[in-house]
Amino acid sequence: MDPSRKRAIRLTVALTAAVVLAAALVYVSFTAGNKEFTASQLLTKGKPGQTYELAGTVLNGSVQRDGTTLYFRIRDPKLPVSVPVRYNGIVPDPFAAGRAVMVAVEKGNSGTTYVGQGNSLTTKCPSKYQAAAAS
Amino acid sequence: MALIGRALLIMALGTAVCGIGASIYGARTGMREWVDAGRRSVYALAALATIAFAILEDAFWRNDFSFNVVANHSSTTTPAFYKLAAAWSSQEGSLLLWVFLLSLWSSLILFLVRKRAREITPYATTVLLGFAAFFTSLAAFWANPFTTSANPPAEGLGLDPLLLHPTMMIHPPMLYSGYTLLTIPFAFAVGALITGRLGAEWIALTRRFALAAWLFLGIGILLGALWSYTELGWGGYWAWDPVENAALMPWLCITAFIHSVMIQEKRGMLKVWNVSLVLAAGTLSILGTFLVRSGILDSIHAFGASTLGVPFVILLAVMVLGSIGLIVWRRDQLRSDARLESLLSREAVFLLQNLVLVGMVFVIFWVTFFPLISEALTGTKVSVGPPAFTPFIVPLALILVALSGIGPIIAWRRVTVANLRRSFALPVTAGLVTFFVLLFWPGGPSSRPFALIMFALGGFVLTSVAQELWRGVAARRATTHEVVPLATVRLVRRNRRRYGGYTVHAGLAILLVGVAASSSFQHSSDVILKPGQSAHVDGYAIRYVRPTESLSSQKIAFGAVLDVTKGGKHVTTVTTVRNFYPSQNPSDGLIGKFFDTSQADSQVGLDQNLSRNIWTVINVDPTPLAPLINKGNNVFAAYAPQVMTKAAKLPPDQAQAAMNGLWAERDLAVSEIARRFVTHPWPTEFLLIVDPLVIWIWLGALIMGIGGLIALWPVPSFARRRVQVASPARPAAPPPPVPVREPV
Amino acid sequence: MQVVEYLVIFTILFAVVAFVSAPVRRALVARGADHADDSTLADLEAARDAKYRELRDADLDHRTGKLSDADYEELDQTLRGEAIAIMHDIDRATIERQ
Repeated sequence: MDPSRKRAIRLTVALTAAVVLAAALVYVSFTAGNKEFTASQLLTKGKPGQTYELAGTVLNGSVQRDGTTLYFRIRDPKLPVSVPVRYNGIVPDPFAAGRAVMVAVEKGNSGTTYVGQGNSLTTKCPSKYQAAAAS
Repeated sequence: MALIGRALLIMALGTAVCGIGASIYGARTGMREWVDAGRRSVYALAALATIAFAILEDAFWRNDFSFNVVANHSSTTTPAFYKLAAAWSSQEGSLLLWVFLLSLWSSLILFLVRKRAREITPYATTVLLGFAAFFTSLAAFWANPFTTSANPPAEGLGLDPLLLHPTMMIHPPMLYSGYTLLTIPFAFAVGALITGRLGAEWIALTRRFALAAWLFLGIGILLGALWSYTELGWGGYWAWDPVENAALMPWLCITAFIHSVMIQEKRGMLKVWNVSLVLAAGTLSILGTFLVRSGILDSIHAFGASTLGVPFVILLAVMVLGSIGLIVWRRDQLRSDARLESLLSREAVFLLQNLVLVGMVFVIFWVTFFPLISEALTGTKVSVGPPAFTPFIVPLALILVALSGIGPIIAWRRVTVANLRRSFALPVTAGLVTFFVLLFWPGGPSSRPFALIMFALGGFVLTSVAQELWRGVAARRATTHEVVPLATVRLVRRNRRRYGGYTVHAGLAILLVGVAASSSFQHSSDVILKPGQSAHVDGYAIRYVRPTESLSSQKIAFGAVLDVTKGGKHVTTVTTVRNFYPSQNPSDGLIGKFFDTSQADSQVGLDQNLSRNIWTVINVDPTPLAPLINKGNNVFAAYAPQVMTKAAKLPPDQAQAAMNGLWAERDLAVSEIARRFVTHPWPTEFLLIVDPLVIWIWLGALIMGIGGLIALWPVPSFARRRVQVASPARPAAPPPPVPVREPV
Repeated sequence: MQVVEYLVIFTILFAVVAFVSAPVRRALVARGADHADDSTLADLEAARDAKYRELRDADLDHRTGKLSDADYEELDQTLRGEAIAIMHDIDRATIERQ
């Protein structure tokens, strides 16, 4: 086989592999991903049985513990609404009322409390790069 | 002092701009004196940045709360070491640190190459000064560390307790050193493309800088992982958080470059790959710096939306478009001198390595930025968590490890099947033996095929490296007849890049074996225990022996002593503590502020050995103390004002005594309440994890670092060559003969 | 206090300007010997060193059994030829410089 044909074959194989990888990546991202919703979006557009990524700030005074279960509410950044969450799993150290968090939640069939998926709670490090007064 | 600081920033900006002008003028006209002036402006910039940084540190040291950054990030009770480190825990201070480190490294590099690469260096200087100007203007006009307030507070807000950990304070300077070091090969690549001089000299220079950047960035990443594991209460070392990824991506690019540039050196191939890798690494490092402070991606690090986003996006756009433009413009000089002869050659392995590493970078980039991509395409942010990474990264990592074992034992240009047999027999056998032994090991890793394959590949790589070392020593001894240890040392010294590289590969194999084991075979348990109760994790019985409590001026520490046994035999005793730092929130109350859970961090109880880690953390919830705390708050809320009013009427020293008395009583109340954790303990939550082979990760990384140092260490011939270049023109000396067979 | 600070600032500014402009000022006074461009030479010397390294690497590869005798002989000859070509180029460049 002459060299230029060998090169053409190698190039084709490489490109095919790259396309397959890219396609797999795109597929996984769109199917394994959770839509990121704010509290108000969850209340209006959330479907029961679906998992969403809920981002927002923990409502002051809403944090309660019962054994290993954590209860809190997440408020919407703009509208005066909040969503109740029941969470079992690792709670990061910086978690507190007034901090920005993200948690994967599933809308319960009864539609009221949202069940946090285990170990999905992440808290933003208390802002180092904002004036302390604002945090 | 702050005035001097502000003036220094303006002067630094002016120096950078003048330096850019001088360097370009010198490059265009060929007038050496202007190029020298450009280089000197880098030195001057380093001096100015050093003085500015010293002023900032001095302000922290002296608790000068008139400086806003000091008031917001430090306090009189912050320990001395952390006071100095608090300087870079703020946006403003970290920008100054960036400029400081960039100017320092740039000065060092430009000093070392001042007599070489005369065409490229002025343009490289321009690029470096461009970065310096960018960051300095951000510091001077957007986030100035030298802003002051007319009414300084008596006490600062202090450092966030999560940052009061040694690795966490060394992590930013290490990481920034890595990022700033990456701008140097970037700058020299731009210079090389502009001047069209992409030859051997450019390679020799850039590779050294790239290796140094690789080393520092790697240390920065490792320290971050170590901090995460030992300090944060989740028991993991890597979460595929956007900011972790932002540091990993340039590191992978520069790893690819360090290997792939060898091909260009030997065969004049992969030129476009190499410049692209260097330019990508530099761009990704700026991207990483941007991600940490912009808030565009939800991450535990994204420190809130700041207004610095727009300038960074512009800079990144300039870098990306500029890089592409330069490569397209110089594509003729970037044509390969040779072609790949055979797929069974080191060249092919290197090319494949490039593809795998770039593949990894692409996967990480895509998944990290997917929320933004999906928002742009579909209008909704879709976030993809760590589970999306593993199906791609794991196979790619396995291929990479395999290549790292094949590379050292396969020869250049082309191999024959007979040679393959001779070189591969032992390592492949070792790999297969490892595989089958572990496969049939009772209770072994056969349940996790990927981990099993990684262990087998680890055996393969370690054997191939050992074989290489052994054969090299034997080859040397054949001519020199030295004893084995001496021969080994001399062999490595004469072939630093080769054996340094092999050491890194061995370290990588060990590290990834540790990762595979600890992520596949982790056992954890989240339990509530009363003193005396036990939990069972992976055959270990962990008993909550007794609660502990201690008080200091900085914190209250609630903890537990845990006793670990296996099969009835005592294994170890660990202590885990949850520290509560006083909050500054007045609504917490005079007593309650000491029990604020949002100001708490954990101290992990850890027992590490070569085979497994026992990782424990306590999560103390002070709610049972609430009645007492509330009572204390009410009592002191009434009592304290009374004392203060009385004290106001007394002469100063008596007033002070009265206030001291008040605080002493307050402290007594706090300590009595805290003591109840020991005297009346309540059921407390523990997270207990048993994790195999974690220490292999740290050991593997250490070995990689040592290998990097070996490869980086200057070779004596470097010094010799400098002398030759510097000497004035003389009649052509007879060329040195091509070396006869020397000892290897 | 302010006066002292301004004094310090201007001293530093003066020092920086003096330091950075020194080469240009010196050149204005006495036009120094302008070295001819020797970056081609530096490039060639770097290529020569790289070729020496390749020779040693090939030797080590041969001795550790990754190249057969026949392959090594061929490779060694090729590399030596390339090294000699580079050294001829260096000779030519050195002569041209003078």
